[in-house]
Amino acid sequence: MESLNQKQGLLQTGTNAYLIFKKDLLQEFKTRYALNAIFLFALVTLFAVSFAIGTFNASSDILSALLWIILFFASMSGLSHIFVREEEAHTADTLKLVAKPTEIFLGKLIFNIVLLFMVELLVVPLYVAIMNFTIYHILLLAAALLFGTFGLAGGGTIVAAIIAKSNARGALFTVLAFPILLPVLVTGISVTKNAATEKLFSNPVSELQSLFAFAIVIITAGILLFDFIWNE
Amino acid sequence: MVNKLLKIGLFLILSLVIIGAFIYAPLAKGLGEFTRVLYFHVPMAWITVVAFFIGAVYSILYLKKKEHKYDLYAETANQLGFLFVVLATVTGSIWAKMSWGSFWNWDPRETSIFILMLVYAAYFALRSAVEQADRRASLAAVYDIIAFVTVPFFVFIVPRIYASLHPDPLINTQGKIHMSPKMQLVFFTSLFSYTMVFVWMLIMRIKMIKLKLKLKEMEQ
Repeated sequence: MESLNQKQGLLQTGTNAYLIFKKDLLQEFKTRYALNAIFLFALVTLFAVSFAIGTFNASSDILSALLWIILFFASMSGLSHIFVREEEAHTADTLKLVAKPTEIFLGKLIFNIVLLFMVELLVVPLYVAIMNFTIYHILLLAAALLFGTFGLAGGGTIVAAIIAKSNARGALFTVLAFPILLPVLVTGISVTKNAATEKLFSNPVSELQSLFAFAIVIITAGILLFDFIWNE
Repeated sequence: MVNKLLKIGLFLILSLVIIGAFIYAPLAKGLGEFTRVLYFHVPMAWITVVAFFIGAVYSILYLKKKEHKYDLYAETANQLGFLFVVLATVTGSIWAKMSWGSFWNWDPRETSIFILMLVYAAYFALRSAVEQADRRASLAAVYDIIAFVTVPFFVFIVPRIYASLHPDPLINTQGKIHMSPKMQLVFFTSLFSYTMVFVWMLIMRIKMIKLKLKLKEMEQ
């Protein structure tokens, strides 16, 4: 009986998280604020880099570092919107009444993950094409982007929840998120370098494991700690 | 009285450690005089981890009990941790200059300690950005815990994946210590006495916080 209740509880959480995700998605497509912010930021930096370096001048080391720096700072420009919006529109209190904190966090996390995937889907092929970046192991790059996105979105979402409650929202987000998410950046760059070399120069499995483990740790910590921020 | 004796004892032990590190302890095989910085660098790094750990514990306590004092304890432990992380970086940098040739060359260990400093600098930035005391306390506590769960990635995982020139840290995979008995004596005395200095500092600051809170209470 108890396990049945637990199952139902989990199902309920999942459904509510999905509903919140759907609500955010609909709201996002009305204004496209976060998507525009991230995508345009990525595009502008991409073209600035391409313009400054030229097509054939950069080595794959520099190219893989630049790819992740573009993705990282682009995501920093938009991920915080998800919670800041609720505070600015004063809808946070209503949200508190209709859903549990875990559901809210999961819904917002899924939204941020989807948002990042959409941006990556546009920006990464564009980057590869424009910068003349030869990728030998596409699956490896895809795995790095997949796990990296989970980590970035997980850390970004919990830090967004923190800064939405503070006074200096814009400036603080990057300051707080950057050091926490640096393992993703460092490991992601390293895997991408590996993917851009014909012969793998180090074992990529341990790096992917570390990316995956980081995502799990940061998302778990986020779910556990979100209660305390949200009800503040 | 006991307190005074303890302080004098600590002073004597620390003096012995400094003398021992420079004169008594033999050099490790094939390494130069500069390796003596080991007796100061490793304790600083160790205390950093201890201090940040204590800070994280107080942060958890704050979230559980919502008592204002735990927030202040967490802040003070993290401040002390920051002091020691700077000391560990400086001693390590000197060591790097002597054995690797430059003060800073982005060895994985150097990168990870740099990120560690960034994380806790961000923690203090967050504290200064929130004005209401109880809100600041919970936000800072949450950030502190998130910061602390990512610390193992910097300290243990990232340096494992990338080839580092840094010798194995105290907590290594084989669980062995490669030191002669004389070196071990000085090393562990140093570790112990510096930890005691840290404990002393922490106790003093906690006492100060308690007095401040009492003063506030009396004023009201």
